[in-house]
Amino acid sequence: MAVEPDVTRRLIKTVADTIIEHADELTDLDSAIGDGDHGNNMKRGMKAVLEELDSLSSKPFPDALKAAGMHLVMKVGGASGPLYGTLFMGLGKELVEPITQKRVAQALSAAIEAVKARGKSDVGQKTMLDVLAPVAAALSEDKSPADIAAVAREAREKTRGMLALKGRASFLGERSVGHIDPGARSSELIIESIADFVGEET
Amino acid sequence: MTNVGIVIVSHSVQVAQGTADMVRQMVGDEVPLAACGGDPEGGLGTSVPDIMKAIDAAWSDSGVAIMVDLGGAETNSEMAIEMMDGDRAKKVVICNAPIVEGAVIAATEASGGATLDEVRGTAEELSAA
Repeated sequence: MAVEPDVTRRLIKTVADTIIEHADELTDLDSAIGDGDHGNNMKRGMKAVLEELDSLSSKPFPDALKAAGMHLVMKVGGASGPLYGTLFMGLGKELVEPITQKRVAQALSAAIEAVKARGKSDVGQKTMLDVLAPVAAALSEDKSPADIAAVAREAREKTRGMLALKGRASFLGERSVGHIDPGARSSELIIESIADFVGEET
Repeated sequence: MTNVGIVIVSHSVQVAQGTADMVRQMVGDEVPLAACGGDPEGGLGTSVPDIMKAIDAAWSDSGVAIMVDLGGAETNSEMAIEMMDGDRAKKVVICNAPIVEGAVIAATEASGGATLDEVRGTAEELSAA
């Protein structure tokens, strides 16, 4: 069964609203070790996505993800635009309806590879990948939405002890240790909001 | 063939514009040149649509060399190139060089009729040193 337009609309809205609600927190995290623009940038991108909610929810679900990714690319204004844009465009490209957890796991794994290429980065460098990779693994192990959200939270917390090797935070060297990575936090927020949504719907 | 074009992409519109002014002072109007800076709302950052417009504005059939400052400028420039038509995209490169010195030396090289590879090579020697 294909995803209903109403489900697409509510899912995208809950993800965007969650990021917008946490924009100040993301900016604070980014001010500690980066350039302090992550919250505002993501908020601008998600607002652009919300403005297109009618058009997005009229599309087949994979196409809606691709289009949402494109809005992030065009509107975010920082490196997180192409990175999250690549993630959502990659998911849209790989996902096939009807959607199953196995298919989501495969699509996420492929999209993660695209994000690695875009950011010239890998797991263990204190980035969004440090949340997304364990989430993809948990998905493929058929974990429940609540368990997947818990995996995302633990993975975000683990970035606190990591040394940043990518982005502006890498300029700080050892001083980046002890702070949560803002991209890991935004990824966790996105995963958590999707997991909550799926948990409530099923 | 026209000379290779130069695009300057900074997080700051003032840095982008100031760098472009320095380039103009060196090479006058012999090199197609465009600069952009700032996020889509005018704060510090870079914007994919603005970068695409700048590439169009500095377009040359000999190619376009992009000079960037920090990470997001490079990532957004890569994205802008990928979103272009494939044949044109092949003629656009991002130079791994300091933005001000790189832009000035790349434009100087371009003004002498150098190829895109030569322009990029000269700019990137600055990073190798």
